[in-house]
Parts: sequence; C-alpha cells; structure tokens
Amino acid sequence: MDFNFEPEEEAFRQEVRAFIDANLPPAKMRQDPKSIAAWNAKLAEQRWIGFSWPRQEGGGGGTLVQQFILKEEMANAKAPPLGSDFMGLAWVGPALIRHGSEEQKRRFLPELLAGKSLWCTGYSEPDIGSDLASLQTRADREGDEYVVNGQKIWTTLAHLASWIFMMVRTTAESESRYGGITCLLIPMDSAGIEVQPIPSLMGVHSFNQVFFENVRVPVANRLGAEGEGWKVVMGALANERSGISEATGMERHLEDLKELARRSTRGGRPATSDSAVRQEIGRYEARISAMRLNGIRNLSKQLQGQPPSTETSVNKYLRGALEIPMSNLAMSLLGSESQESGKWQIQSLAFHGVVIGGGTPNIQRNIIGERILGLPKD
Amino acid sequence: MNFGFDDQQELLRQEIRKLLEERCPMEEVRRIAGSESGHAPELWKQLGELGWLGLALPEEHGGAGLGWVDLAVVFEEAGRVLLPAPLVSTILAGAAIVDAGSDEQCRARLPALADGSRIGTLALFDAADQPIPSGVTLRAEADGQGFRLTGEKPYVADAGVADLFVVAFRSGKKAQEVGLALVDGEADGVSVETRAGIDATRRQGTLRLDGVRIAADALLGAPGDAWPAISRAFDRGAAAVTAEMIGAAEAMLEMTVQYAKDRIQFGSPIGRYQGVKHPLAEAFVDIECMKSLLYYTAWALEESPDEVSFSVSKAKGLASEAFTQIGISGIQLHGAIGYTEASDVHLYLRRSKWARTAFGDEVFHYDRVASLGGL
Ligand SMILES: Cc1cc2nc3c(=O)[nH]c(=O)nc-3n(C[C@H](O)[C@H](O)[C@H](O)COP(=O)(O)OP(=O)(O)OC[C@H]3O[C@@H](n4cnc5c(N)ncnc54)[C@H](O)[C@@H]3O)c2cc1C
Repeated sequence: MDFNFEPEEEAFRQEVRAFIDANLPPAKMRQDPKSIAAWNAKLAEQRWIGFSWPRQEGGGGGTLVQQFILKEEMANAKAPPLGSDFMGLAWVGPALIRHGSEEQKRRFLPELLAGKSLWCTGYSEPDIGSDLASLQTRADREGDEYVVNGQKIWTTLAHLASWIFMMVRTTAESESRYGGITCLLIPMDSAGIEVQPIPSLMGVHSFNQVFFENVRVPVANRLGAEGEGWKVVMGALANERSGISEATGMERHLEDLKELARRSTRGGRPATSDSAVRQEIGRYEARISAMRLNGIRNLSKQLQGQPPSTETSVNKYLRGALEIPMSNLAMSLLGSESQESGKWQIQSLAFHGVVIGGGTPNIQRNIIGERILGLPKD
Repeated sequence: MNFGFDDQQELLRQEIRKLLEERCPMEEVRRIAGSESGHAPELWKQLGELGWLGLALPEEHGGAGLGWVDLAVVFEEAGRVLLPAPLVSTILAGAAIVDAGSDEQCRARLPALADGSRIGTLALFDAADQPIPSGVTLRAEADGQGFRLTGEKPYVADAGVADLFVVAFRSGKKAQEVGLALVDGEADGVSVETRAGIDATRRQGTLRLDGVRIAADALLGAPGDAWPAISRAFDRGAAAVTAEMIGAAEAMLEMTVQYAKDRIQFGSPIGRYQGVKHPLAEAFVDIECMKSLLYYTAWALEESPDEVSFSVSKAKGLASEAFTQIGISGIQLHGAIGYTEASDVHLYLRRSKWARTAFGDEVFHYDRVASLGGL
C-alpha cells in the first residue's frame, strides 16, 4: 500500500501544471471550437492525447499512473477533455490496440489521435437495449465483403461521426448467441447508411437512429475474428464504464455544490449550518472519495496486467446513485431560481441520460450480482 | 503508487484466517460470548504469542514494528469471525502510549500489552458520549506533581477485563484543557461495573474513579494539552472499528449470498430474483467503498498524518451507514430463519448495531466530513 507518487511522477505533475498555466484557454473560451482545436493541437504535440497508448501505436507511451495524473490535473484546472473524439479515445482505440491487426492499427490510430476521424458506437437497436447479446442487425458474408442490414438507435454523434464501431450478427442467435456476434468498423459515408436525428429531452441533437441497407463492408474492416465480437465489446464496455465513472467529474460537481451551499440560506440561516444539508454533503464527499480510490485500486490491478472488467460496474453504479441526489439537493438549495437556466438545471436533466447510457443501474447490479457474487442469472 | 497489500501482508491474512477458523469457529465464539466475562484467556494468550497484539508496536518494546496497513488486515480478519477478544482495545491503548507517552512510559507499559499479559483500553468520553473536547468532564484535582481523578466513564470497551485504562480528564475550564492519564485497574479507588450489551462479543462497562491518584509519571503528555492526542486516539479507534466492520460485513454478505444460492422458492434459488440480487450487489458496492476509504486511512496513519481525520471520518461515516443496511438486508433476505437465536446472521446484525455508534456514527462523521471539507 503506497499512495505516494514517485519523484518522476511528481515531476510529471509539475510539467502538466506548467503546461496548463502556459496554454489553457481562459474559461470563457473553453467552448469555442477554434480555441479547443488549438488546445488539442498543443496536447497532440505533447503526445498527451492517447497518452498511455504504446509509442509504436502513435501513443505517448505514458504509464497508467502518469495518465491518471494528467487527467486529474486537467480536471482540477477545468480544462476541456483531452482530444475531441471521446468514444474513439476511450474505447475504440484501446480495442484496436488489443484486437486489431498491424494493418488496422496503422490505418486507424494515427487519424484517431490526430482528431481527423470521429467515432460513434453502434450497439443498441430498437428492440435491443440492456439485452445486447440479442442484437439483430445482420452482416452476411459475400466474398471479401460483409453486407450489413438492420438498424441502430441512440447512436450518439452518428450525425457527425466518420466511423461507427459496430456490433453485428454473423450467425443467427438460435445457432450461437454470443459466438454469432462480430465487430465491424464501418465508414459512415458508406452507401446504404442513413442517419436520422432523435432530439433528446435536453432539446439538443446528440443521438440518432442509423439505418443500414445493404451496406457493403470489406472483411478487412472486421475487428477481431468473426464470432469474437462479444469479447471485443465487453472490453470496450468496461472502458466505457470506467470512463463514465471517473471521479474527477463528480469532484467538480461536489465543489460546485459546496459553493452553492455557501451562498444559500435555509429557514433564514446559512445552508451550511443546516444539518440536513451538511449530512448530505458529507455523505457525497465520502462516496466520491471512495469512487476516486476505487478507481486507483482498479488502476493498480491494471498495472499488474489485468484489463478492466466487471469491477468497473461498481463506480458506474455509484455515479448514478450520486448524480441523482446531488442535483436534487442543488435544485432544492436554488429554490425558484432552479427554474431558470444554469449548471444545475442542465445537470438535473442531463444525469438521466448518464445513468442509462453504458448500462442502467439495474444492469450494473445484475452484473455485480451474477458475475462477481455468482448468483444465478435471471 | 500501489493500492494493494504486499506478499507479506497477504501471508499474514492467510495465517490469521486459518488460525481463527480453527480456534474460533462460531460455536466457540458463542461459547466465549455467552460466558460471564466474555473473555477467553487461553485464546488471548495465543494471540499475544503469535505477535498480533504487538504487531504495530516498536520492536524495542516487544512489538513487531509494523504499521496500520498490517493492523487493518488483523482487524478485518478479527471482524470476519466476530473475534470475542479485547484486541482493538489493547492495540488502541498501546498506540496511545506510543503517540503521547515518554520513552520511559513506553518501556514500562508496552511489553506487557504486546505479549497480552495486560489488557488495555481507552476511556475517553463521558456521559454525553460526545467525541469533542467538552465531552471530557471527568474531574481532576491537583495533588502535588500529579492529580486525583474522580468521576465515571460509562462506556468503556472491555472495561471488565482491562488492566490498564487510558483515561481522559478535565484539567481546566477552557474547552481544550484536558489531560490523558494511565490508570491501573488495581489502583486504589478504581472500580468497574459491567453490563450486558447489544453485542455479546463486545463488552463494555462503567469505569468509576474515586479520588484515584495519578502520579506525574502516569500522565501522558502535558495535562491541559492533551486534546490533540485524544483526538488522534479517537481517529485510530474509528479506523480500527471500521476495519473490523469490513470483515464482519463481508462475512455477512457471503453468508447471505450463499443462502440466496441455496434457498429455493417459486422454483428457483431466491438469488435469481432482483429483489434479492440487487441489495446484495449494493452491499458489495458499499464494502468496496469501505475498503478503499479504510485502506487509504491506514496508509495515512503512517505516512500522511494530516489527512487522517478527514479520511477516517469518510470511512467510518460510510461504514456506519452501509453496515447498518447490510445488517438489515442480511436478516431480511434470510427470512424467518434469520430471526432465530440459532442463526449466525443475527450475531452479525448485533455487531453492525454495536459498531455503528462505536467511535462516532455516520451523523457525527458526515458532519465532520462537511466541516473538514470546508463547510
Ligand atoms: C444519453 C444516451 C446516449 C447513448 N448513446 C449510445 C450510443 O452511442 N450507442 C449505443 O449503442 N447506445 C447508446 N445508448 C443506449 C444505451 O446503451 C441503452 O439505452 C441502455 O443500454 C438501455 O437500453 P434501453 O434503452 O433499450 O432500455 P431497456 O433495456 O429496454 O430497459 C428499460 C428499463 O428496463 C430495465 N431492464 C431491462 N432489462 C432488465 C433486467 N434484466 N432486469 C432489470 N431491469 C431491466 C432497465 O434497467 C431500464 O430501466 C445511449 C443512451 C443514452 C441515454
């Protein structure tokens, strides 16, 4: 047990801080596309996008601990995300590194790291959500091509993406449920793909439905062997869940919530002396610290060579369980002001999506109950 | 950066688990807990011989010179079997002497605590049971170089078997004017009254002091200046109890998971139903959180003292809240069998209720987290 960072790691932290001081755009510019692009270009120069990927794959060759430090410092400075392709960086790239051929890595990784491609993820279908292994979108082999037919839904960023990381069925479910699943990498400009927006409850266009009609995909675009897509996707989902549940975002919410409590009153007294408010905030602080430490504990396992797995469901579940009461408390402290736009109004609506995406709380509890505790499947 | 136990600590865990499985199966725990003293001298002697009691005491005073991460392993394993022994109390008393005592006091007191020939305990807070400076009310009158103490400590863990009490007393009117003294059980004016508690494996009692003379060499640190040492002793107590709670909660979860796999209703093991599965998954999540927070605290106790209070309050707050819920689910998911004297789960339920308030419940600790977090 040792939570000290090595001197080189502390030196790296100082390097990151100095970089942030010199380069981070001022707060009001952090949504501006031009200044984000300039920021990302500087990060790419440092090789801090895909920082923990191997150098021969174009990554930065950073250790997992350095990557942790980098993300933590960036979050503390309220910097924009590292790179603009969230899905590509968080799970498509790692899946390519783990399962891709040399040719595929050469083809996809440099573009991904340079922010020249943008990935979306095609798992869910109209009839298939939590029960992912029942997916129906078909890919039939014809010579050197697969012919894809079917429909995906809730596909975040499909309207902007250049590639889709797709789960398809190559063998009928009745013959092989898990073994019939294959992972394909499909260009979004392929003939036969149609994207239709679905406005979210936030009133913005973030996800879509995507139709596939006789879309021809070269076999060279298959990631992993035919019939091994389930394994590829389970790894990608573990990365997605660990990305969703990094504690840094929650730490920021907590700071904002404390700030709000400091400027609010309850019953004519400062909210910070209201014992219900103090109890709640104390409880969140304890749980968010636990999330951060759970993450470090998982990181220690990864440092010993174990890839992320079912343990990522713990923090994914915790995040949902915290987002809800935290934004409820914030809305209550705001009172009628909560009806006007602001961070907490957005948050109190947006968290509903965060809780569902990547698998709902029920599904996380099923995973923990069945795959960790060994209870019978339902 | 490494969040894990080292090989030596894993070995220690295996050794302890094996020994406790042999020496302390549930029938034996029940036998000891049902006895008049609640204490098993032979078992206690063995713990001393194995070196567990002195694990974190300095080598020159009969200890093994290890630290709180190692102790966390011992406490977890003790909690797992509900070990009915004054282990936590004795280790906390020793740690308080190391922390606040002189070399002379360490030399005089620690070897007997390390080998188990004397049992120690803390007697910090008085009737209101508040872990704050005003919670120390026991009166002290100056008497030469020392004091005379008069009053009572109603909630002293293992009071009935302890030989050495680390007693907090009030030396002046100002809030922080408190002192810490070593009181031998045999001294004139010391008496103890024991009572049955909610958890028979955890005895407590009232320590009465009637003009007990405290010589200068029995004072731990300067009288009037002991609040920081008392507060640190309290934090160590909260850490130790949290570690025991982890072991006990994990054992209760395992028992309940096993029952959910075995018990058939409506044609299936009940563990298939989400009303059963999901509370068990939540218990797992909570135990993971307890571990993460406690292990960090154990590390901080050695390496980063300034972080201890904040860290331990997160751990104990979460543990008090979570183990209480695990106790509730554990009984409920067993159905009526869980409501019987014969089932072992109720022993864990009782432990959850004892541990919740020991060294501060979640209400105290979450409030302290709020304060230390800047509210
Ligand atoms: C903001 C957002 C972004 C998303 N982005 C993407 C994306 O980019 N790509 C993509 O493929 N998908 C995406 N999704 C889809 C997401 O993965 C699914 O919504 C999710 O897995 C749940 O599937 P579903 O919506 O079909 O709900 P269903 O599976 O139909 O579930 C409905 C309800 O039933 C419950 N339920 C279902 N099965 C069980 C069970 N066995 N036991 C107990 N309860 C059960 C669920 O918990 C849920 O509450 C996104 C979703 C959201 C909200």
